[in-house]
Amino acid sequence: MRTKKESVAMLLAGGQGSRLGVLTKKVAKPAIPFGGKYRIIDFTLSNCINSGIDTVGVLTQYMPLDLNAYIGNGQPWDLDRNDGGVSVLPPYVRGKDGQWYKGTANAIYQNMHFIERYDPEYVVVLSGDHIYKMNYSKMIDFHKRQGAACTIAVLNVSLEEASRFGIMNTDENNRIYEFEEKPAHPKSTKASMGVYVFSWKKLKEYLEADEATAGSSNDFGKNIIPNMLNAGEPMYAYEFSGYWKDVGTLDSLWEANMELLDPSNPINLSDPTWKIYARNPNEAPHFCSSMAQIKNSMITEGTQVYGSVEHSVIFHGVYIGEGAVVKDSVILPNTRIEAGAVVEYSIIGQETVVGRGAQVGCRKEEAMATVEPGKMSGYMAVLGDEIRIGENQIVKAGEMLDEDRL
Amino acid sequence: MKNTMGLIFAYQNDELMRELTQKRALSSIPFGGRYRIVDFALSNMVNSGITQVGIITRNNYQSLMDHLGSGKEWDLSRKNGGLYMLPPFSQSEGSYRGEMEALGNADAFIRKSNYKYIMIASADSVCNMNFDDALNYHIEKDADITIIYKKGKFERQNEHENNCFIQCDADGRVIDVAVNPLVGRDNLSMDQIIIGKSLLETLIRECASHNMYSFHRDVLQKRVNDLKIYGYEYTGYYAKIESIASYFQASMDLLNESIRQALFYQPRQIFTKIRDEVPTLYQNGSDVKNSLVADGCVIEGEVENSIIFRGVRIRKGAVVKNSIIMQACEIQSNSQLEYAIIDKDVVIRENRKLFGYKLYPMVLAKGSVV
Repeated sequence: MRTKKESVAMLLAGGQGSRLGVLTKKVAKPAIPFGGKYRIIDFTLSNCINSGIDTVGVLTQYMPLDLNAYIGNGQPWDLDRNDGGVSVLPPYVRGKDGQWYKGTANAIYQNMHFIERYDPEYVVVLSGDHIYKMNYSKMIDFHKRQGAACTIAVLNVSLEEASRFGIMNTDENNRIYEFEEKPAHPKSTKASMGVYVFSWKKLKEYLEADEATAGSSNDFGKNIIPNMLNAGEPMYAYEFSGYWKDVGTLDSLWEANMELLDPSNPINLSDPTWKIYARNPNEAPHFCSSMAQIKNSMITEGTQVYGSVEHSVIFHGVYIGEGAVVKDSVILPNTRIEAGAVVEYSIIGQETVVGRGAQVGCRKEEAMATVEPGKMSGYMAVLGDEIRIGENQIVKAGEMLDEDRL
Repeated sequence: MKNTMGLIFAYQNDELMRELTQKRALSSIPFGGRYRIVDFALSNMVNSGITQVGIITRNNYQSLMDHLGSGKEWDLSRKNGGLYMLPPFSQSEGSYRGEMEALGNADAFIRKSNYKYIMIASADSVCNMNFDDALNYHIEKDADITIIYKKGKFERQNEHENNCFIQCDADGRVIDVAVNPLVGRDNLSMDQIIIGKSLLETLIRECASHNMYSFHRDVLQKRVNDLKIYGYEYTGYYAKIESIASYFQASMDLLNESIRQALFYQPRQIFTKIRDEVPTLYQNGSDVKNSLVADGCVIEGEVENSIIFRGVRIRKGAVVKNSIIMQACEIQSNSQLEYAIIDKDVVIRENRKLFGYKLYPMVLAKGSVV
């Protein structure tokens, strides 16, 4: 007999994140490195354990190998438990037919037996692609106090931004009466953060009904939430104030990385009471040579800097050769920027080599003047994982590469 | 490396470590920005395929236990084998006269284990090595004891040192053992030896019954003729930490490209306790040259030829040169440090100037406020 758990978290990590282009060619979005030593999913996993939720199901589907290996037994997050802990939940075959997760709601539906093992009162549904620190236990308390069937965390955004989000229209008690997905004329600025608390019995009822509905997209935003609203279930918006960032696009991913360089950055990663845990690569301290010049940057263990780095986030195990210049860029783990290479306003994938004297990207202002708009990666140059840029090769601003250029 | 168990001596003579061993054993002195000295001996064993390691302690071992925990960072949190702490029984606390006496205390642990060979290492060495070759050599020579040694010119430094030098014949067999000789010698024992388990058990009992306790004098020296003792030369980088001077030198060695590569950029990693620090932030005004910097620091000042541990803050206008700054220290604005070793949690207030000398660096005890 397993211990009953009050809350179980279900983390939706199956999305490809196609807007991140070549960066998600080999890894799922939640496994993309972020902030020098983390992966995007570390924020949600750390939030869970810091909120006292020790039972987490991670629903994977797209390119799961890297993500599975990363999560492992959950030890970095203290989620290697005899009772509970983290479980990776891929789609599976049952009887004769198995199926991929058809939608976010279907992913939870297919894993109802996992949730039932712990007989929880509440299920917290999370997505693995946001950067934020949040105490879910406070939200669960709010949910209990309101006697809600479902509570949705919301963030106050500006009116202009509101059209990019799912917007909750609420009464003065924060009870939701209407949900609009990306409204052209938003009535409120309460944007859904993709963090839900459900009373499990209720959610189960709606998941089963939704599964029986032909033609449903089996999606929380499109089906479950509207259905619950229409049925008059008590649904509340839980207001969150603090740093929250969707890193679903290259621009926002770059921006979120750069925000960490701001001394007054609103997401304090070094708060000892709310640590963000990550699987540690165990590398030596980083080395700055006597030629190195580092300004306003973040640098992690295992990295060796012989060149100059300015306003950049450099991950672990990176090599920046003599005379190389890295500016306004994000360099993912174990990448080499060889001597004399120049990397500006770029994101460079993992284990990639930028050859001697090569040039990747250019200053943003310059790029804006030369690149035709409408290109996928905007003005940034983006290199995928494990590719090689030959000596003196040029990768222009706005280019996105996932193969060698020699 | 199969069929071998590890034993690590985690206590050493530490008269020459000054403030650094006030509250810890020599083996748990922080080293290299994020490590403790014991990490090298332990990681070397793990990297050589040893999965059961006993840690022999004597006194001041709280910090060591805190560091090693369950051993999971070294992959030694195991059902079979794993990490065993072997502290003294209460009546012998702090009073081992020698290694054989300490081993006598671990006798039950040794006898219970089921390995053919025992690798014994002293946790005062900084090196990255695989013991496989030494074990193969031991087997090939049908040796009773194999001593791993380092060739070099080692001068006698002071009366506190505990050095053992060997001389080998053409076959590699040890023909002379000198303990703390007055003149410098060539072949320094790294105090890393391989011995058969049953022989070790016999020697422990023999020593105990004859009131003998020193491994160097009562085993190696006395039995050099009737035991087959062989020397195995280690050719990689090796530093023995026995004094502030050697600690400072070994730390500064890490700024040397080839030594750093040999120690840290190998498939054989040096493992240590994880602290989940954030990456280090260089802010405007920072100027860091030829230095090793761990995670979790915020640097606004100037750093040169230094080792900066995790979570250190170097404020605007501060200048740190040729120094070692341990975990969670804060060097406030416009302070200057040169040739200083600053233990954990020290605060250097604004506008302070502290200068040591290259051969006698200034050492500040843990938690001091200047």
